[in-house]
Amino acid sequence: MNKLMMGALMGAFLLAGCGAKTTDNGAVSGANGSSSAITGAGSTFVYPVLSAWSADYLKANGVKVNYQSIGSGGGISQVKAGTVNFGASDKPLSPDELASAGLAQFPIIIGGVVPVVHIQGISKGQLKLTGSLLADIYLGKLLKWNDPAIVALNPGVKLPDAAITAVHRSDGSGTTFNFTHYLSQVSPAWKAGPSEGTSVNWTGGVGGKGNEGVAAYVDQIPNSIGYVEYAYVVQNNMAWAYLRNAAGNFVAPSAASFQAAAASADWTNAKEFDLVMTNAPGAQAFPITASTFILMPKNPSNKAASDAALKFFDWALENGKPQAAKLDYVPLPDALVKQIEDYTKANIK
Amino acid sequence: MDTTDPSKPQAGPSGDPDVTDRRADTELGIAGTTMRTRGVWPERLFHAFTGGAAWFVLLILLAVTYSMASGGWLAFKTFGFAFVTSDKWDVVNGQFGALVPIYGTLVTSAIALIIAVPISIGIALFLTEIAPAWTRQPIAMAIELLAAVPSIIYGMWGLFMFAPFMATHIEPWLNDHLGSVPIIGPLFTGPPIGIGMLTAGIVLGIMVIPFIASVARDVFNAVPASLRESAVALGATRWERLCHVTLPHTRSAIVGAIFLGLGRALGETMAVTFVLGNAHDLSVSLLMPSNSIAAAIANEFTEADTALYRSSLIALAFMLFVVTFIVLSIAKLMLARVERNMGRTH
Repeated sequence: MNKLMMGALMGAFLLAGCGAKTTDNGAVSGANGSSSAITGAGSTFVYPVLSAWSADYLKANGVKVNYQSIGSGGGISQVKAGTVNFGASDKPLSPDELASAGLAQFPIIIGGVVPVVHIQGISKGQLKLTGSLLADIYLGKLLKWNDPAIVALNPGVKLPDAAITAVHRSDGSGTTFNFTHYLSQVSPAWKAGPSEGTSVNWTGGVGGKGNEGVAAYVDQIPNSIGYVEYAYVVQNNMAWAYLRNAAGNFVAPSAASFQAAAASADWTNAKEFDLVMTNAPGAQAFPITASTFILMPKNPSNKAASDAALKFFDWALENGKPQAAKLDYVPLPDALVKQIEDYTKANIK
Repeated sequence: MDTTDPSKPQAGPSGDPDVTDRRADTELGIAGTTMRTRGVWPERLFHAFTGGAAWFVLLILLAVTYSMASGGWLAFKTFGFAFVTSDKWDVVNGQFGALVPIYGTLVTSAIALIIAVPISIGIALFLTEIAPAWTRQPIAMAIELLAAVPSIIYGMWGLFMFAPFMATHIEPWLNDHLGSVPIIGPLFTGPPIGIGMLTAGIVLGIMVIPFIASVARDVFNAVPASLRESAVALGATRWERLCHVTLPHTRSAIVGAIFLGLGRALGETMAVTFVLGNAHDLSVSLLMPSNSIAAAIANEFTEADTALYRSSLIALAFMLFVVTFIVLSIAKLMLARVERNMGRTH
């Protein structure tokens, strides 16, 4: 009977071990593949649009892009190790970190992180929130939906006398990074407390795995609030809330408001595109707008593959817009695309 | 030759294993030198193969232990014993403690066993002693099929079907009726959100039932017919036969079946992650979300970007190893004690 037990135990550990190993092995085998294939790894957020683009690109140009959505952290370490041609991260690296790793970085796509609620009788676009209220809810300071602070902001909306369940991401994620980055800017208490990161020290609430996990929890738990990528809001028809932006306007999440945020963000002065767009100044800018960044070595060891990857990204920035919009992503504004093209020409050999 | 025990080759006069082999051959009535030499090598190969297989398991066990201990070394070195006693899990500030995942793992597994053990043993007893012969095979098949259902299916069922049921029916009832009872009351207070340790424990319980039940059924089937018949001949009722013959006879094998279920419950990842709530919060209430070791590792490994974070997750895996070892040792000790006491009274 002991042997049986050991077997069960070992199984569990081997599985855990395998889970860790696949990221390394997968990426390594990708890089060793044929030289005409481009390999990349990283952010799960861009995976749907990147795979749609690579399918189109394969049809148009016969070049295959292998992208493994192992998470931003994994993407960064893989591209640093040189096992993939490009990495993708939801969080920009600082110019210092880029310089020490010999990497270049540029944004590729825009998305938004949207607060969603599940309150009886409240449908999408009925509730208004501010960043500091959002921070207080997630800090566990604001416990009930009929708190005077929320009621004052929402005259005429019937808010229940019910405890709020705050749903967060249980896995480390760029979505959480952008969400907490925003909260840190608008709430000093948040900055001093949980602060910002791909996962932080949450106070109470429940954690769902992935956007789909958070969406499912919010759907299941009455009087809950969560934050998910915009695409999930659209696809699951979730009850999103207005957020007040830096200019003082309540803005709905939409392609237009994300693009307004991207347009008003100060890209021209951001060294190596090191810019997180949250709390952008534009009048119609949605406050939690995010972008995913591509990381590539400045002096690639495999120049042919690196050139092919750059060509793919140029193609995607120019021709991938309709495909991106179809998947509820927001393409970059034209001025930014121009800036990226100049940057890659100048920086990546 | 008749008195020599074949299982103890060294007891032979010459102490040469070949001699014993030869004897065994002659005992079996196989004679002649060709037959004898033909018999020796397969025997040795078989011996080497089975022995190798057994040592292989031990080797892997040691390798796994070593790699987890060395991977988690940074975390153990940084936090010391506080890694086990601290309930902090603050990624941003690099503070990690394993108390919440350990607690969540133990509590959910305990709930699972409390539910699964009586039901599984009931199933096994029914199938072996009570059920009409024609129902035994279909029910046994159903149990084995349940064991083959992937855990993610249990997880999704738990999240989409069972958690809402818990939230609307069971948990409000627990709040109202047990929440104010002294001592056990705090276990059943808290918002009825349907996701938490109780739900996870019940889902786990359902998952381990087929494992315990199918092993227990085999064990009960192996009770010698002579023992049962003797009990019947002495005028024992069915109940007396179960209590005084079947269960005492199979006690240690049943504990083995429970260990198997416990092993699955302690290490289960996907199903737990769906319904446990994955919150690093320590709370007494079973209705509150918590975290388990396996779920925490599965959730956080991909984005563990600092060395200390990664090391803490590996250290968590090592803790699961240690926790399982301790739980098994305690169960073994208890079993040994029971056996000794039984030996005295009879």
